[in-house]
Amino acid sequence: MITSETAVGELPAALYDTDPNALSRLREDLIGSAAQAGILDVAYRTLDSPVGTLLLATTEQGLVRVAFDCQNHDLVLVALAEQVSPRILLAPGRLDTAARQLSEYFAGARTVFDLPLDVRRSTGFRRSVLTHLPQIGYGHTESYTQVAAAAGNPRAVRAVGTACATNPLPIVVPCHRVVRSDGSAGGYAGGPAAKQTLLALERSA
Amino acid sequence: MNKAPFETLVTEHGAVVLRVCRAVVGPDDAQDAWSETFLAALRAYPELEPGSNVQAWLVTIAHRKAIDITRARARAPIPVDGPPERSSSVGLPEQGDHDLWADVAALPDRQRQAVAYHYLAGLPHQDVAEIIGGTTEAVRRSAADGVRALRRNYIGNIDQKGTR
Repeated sequence: MITSETAVGELPAALYDTDPNALSRLREDLIGSAAQAGILDVAYRTLDSPVGTLLLATTEQGLVRVAFDCQNHDLVLVALAEQVSPRILLAPGRLDTAARQLSEYFAGARTVFDLPLDVRRSTGFRRSVLTHLPQIGYGHTESYTQVAAAAGNPRAVRAVGTACATNPLPIVVPCHRVVRSDGSAGGYAGGPAAKQTLLALERSA
Repeated sequence: MNKAPFETLVTEHGAVVLRVCRAVVGPDDAQDAWSETFLAALRAYPELEPGSNVQAWLVTIAHRKAIDITRARARAPIPVDGPPERSSSVGLPEQGDHDLWADVAALPDRQRQAVAYHYLAGLPHQDVAEIIGGTTEAVRRSAADGVRALRRNYIGNIDQKGTR
């Protein structure tokens, strides 16, 4: 209760109260008007999955980023702000299709993703590798050496490793299907356990 | 210095900007002012200098949008199909029928702005002076006068209720 002796800075509490429901409606409306104005450059959401919480981000052109928990979603968003645009909003509705297809994939009910992708920021040999990866079929694997040859540079085995490690769209662009020549799984942006989980999922489905 | 994703600005400053809009343009127009402020901010965000004071920047935009809305309202014909729907945020039960927002609206513009930007948004008087013009000292006085006027009415109302 405010008494007549309170400091001059104290104002009726109602001036400070805001209705959280009103605020979430406003945020929802902002997504709509930003998209309509063509200034929602990046929309994102998270998705729970067997390999941890995934961050999904899309531009107007298509899916631009899939990131694992261990990659630190906050840092990934800051990187997107830097590399794509800082006009980024949490807008789950813009990623309904991607989230649904990923959920189907984790349920063993989808073997191929049918999503527009935005890979404009991957260039050169990395782009060639990313373009080749979807041709490795569900449940199959290729060695880093095989991928290097398929991407047009048989000697660039290490560069294939780098291209996979920096794949902006893991799972959807299946770099987990690239394994070592000795049959061991090799490294993975989402950690070795995540890679094993995905390979096991595809073997069993 | 890296620029934060715009979502961070909405999360961190959305409620403050709504408070400021409500005090400056009133509860009926506050949501429009908020929407226009954040849409304009999103549009301009890529050009904002990294390291800028984001809250002061947002309040500056809200200040301009509030002026636009107030002018448009002054020009608009009076609606014929009854008064606009009142926002649910008007008047909490413990305030009885005392209309705080009428008191806020009754303040001179500069006092209302100084109260909103200094007390509700927490900007230093110097920043407020840059937004609304005038000297820092004049803005300090406007803020203090505004708060005194509000508190006089508000406390008067509570005392009245207490003696009922």
